[in-house]
Amino acid sequence: MSTADLKRTPLFEEHRRANARMVDFAGWEMPVHYGSQIEEHHHVRRDAGIFDVSHMLVIDLEGEAAKEFLRGALANDVARLKLPGQALYSCLLNESGGVLDDLIVYGLSPERLRLVVNAATAQKDLAWLTALRDRFARAIEVRPRRDLAMIAIQGPAARARFWEVRKPARAATSALKTFEGVALAGQFVARTGYTGEDGFEVMSSADEIVALWRDLRGAGVAACGLGARDTLRLEAGMNLYGQDMDESVTPMESGLGWSVDLSSEREFVGRQALLASPPHNRLAGLLLLDKGVLRSHQLVRTGHGEGSVTSGGFSPTLGRSIALARVPLRVALGDGVEVHVRDKWLAAKVVKYPFARMGKILIELAPT
Amino acid sequence: MQLPAELKYTDTHEWLRQEGDGTVTVGITWHAQDRLGDLVYVENPVRGKAFRKGEECGVVESVKAAADIYAPISGEVVAVNDELTGSPEKINQEPYQAWMFKLKPSDPSELQTLLDAAAYQKLIEAESH
Repeated sequence: MSTADLKRTPLFEEHRRANARMVDFAGWEMPVHYGSQIEEHHHVRRDAGIFDVSHMLVIDLEGEAAKEFLRGALANDVARLKLPGQALYSCLLNESGGVLDDLIVYGLSPERLRLVVNAATAQKDLAWLTALRDRFARAIEVRPRRDLAMIAIQGPAARARFWEVRKPARAATSALKTFEGVALAGQFVARTGYTGEDGFEVMSSADEIVALWRDLRGAGVAACGLGARDTLRLEAGMNLYGQDMDESVTPMESGLGWSVDLSSEREFVGRQALLASPPHNRLAGLLLLDKGVLRSHQLVRTGHGEGSVTSGGFSPTLGRSIALARVPLRVALGDGVEVHVRDKWLAAKVVKYPFARMGKILIELAPT
Repeated sequence: MQLPAELKYTDTHEWLRQEGDGTVTVGITWHAQDRLGDLVYVENPVRGKAFRKGEECGVVESVKAAADIYAPISGEVVAVNDELTGSPEKINQEPYQAWMFKLKPSDPSELQTLLDAAAYQKLIEAESH
């Protein structure tokens, strides 16, 4: 695929002018870094950084029956969204309980809910939801919002930096708790993110988002690319669809059982399959004890059988290599395992994750 | 993208500098570190070990990938740059100053087989097409 075929967000020119290294990410030409992804990672944990996340798709569901529809379509229960602007994290499952995508759903009003889905699965998700709507809830409108662009501002200083360049927004957004959002004059600001730090995600028109990006950059906030986004989310113990889970595994096998609400009799797509078959494995956090870097697909040898790394990498905050791995159910915290890294079996330990969040290392690091 | 004219190069992206005392200093090129991204580990060869030209003698690991380092000429390792253990990013910052190891050549005629700056430049241009 030549670069001419790749989609570009409204912030493309900003990235180009900043000399970003661009890559093909799910058919979009996106910045992987602007010089050093490790530096960008540190900026977010220590101060603030901004990410172009316009490649993700916003889908608005509108209609009286929208909430009921999503109660039947999502693994988490949107009945929990009591107040406007509240959000929750959910998996979208197929009939076999396999994960089609993970997403955040915001309750904008009783008749309007907003989903934010991954770029790689956007088309699939839209087709899936539309087909479900056609079968069960004709009166609902499923609206892909390709008119919206999005920036994530993340870090301990993120909210303050946002208010510096958008003073009028402070009053409405300073009371937002995490997983809450508010609509203001064409913008939607939510206290959510994919880094394990505080911050906002802002959705608005292309022009507004470009202006916001420029103002934040003008105020000295660091631009951060997909490379840093990946190391931050891995440290924060957040799953990446396509690596940590896909249609062949259930949420329970992906560390996401907590996001499946089975507390009521609510029927939802995938419920029967989840109840009918218990998981055979689970997702575990690994800390590499030897020198090296854990990476996806590496084999893991445990005392209870084999598994494999789903997401691995170098953690700039820890200065060590960490991973999420799918391992047999009986593997326990503290277990020693071996990982096949570049023709050698290296020693690793099963640790609780998240590994780091809110600027702090959360696990015990044994000296190497 | 400065390519120092006084250095010699390999098609596996190492650079080599001939020193006054007959030893050679080895590192990796700007092009190599640029492709790899931020480096996180450097595994240098052990002092005293001898390698044949083209033999794998070390590894550099970045956030993206791991890459083998190959001995540009045959020789014995007489020095390694220990600074890189704690600060692998020096290679990203100054690839031609952040040397990895020094060799005492066992067959100086092998130096003729290396690429000069112009030939290496052609190589990397060809690679990007």
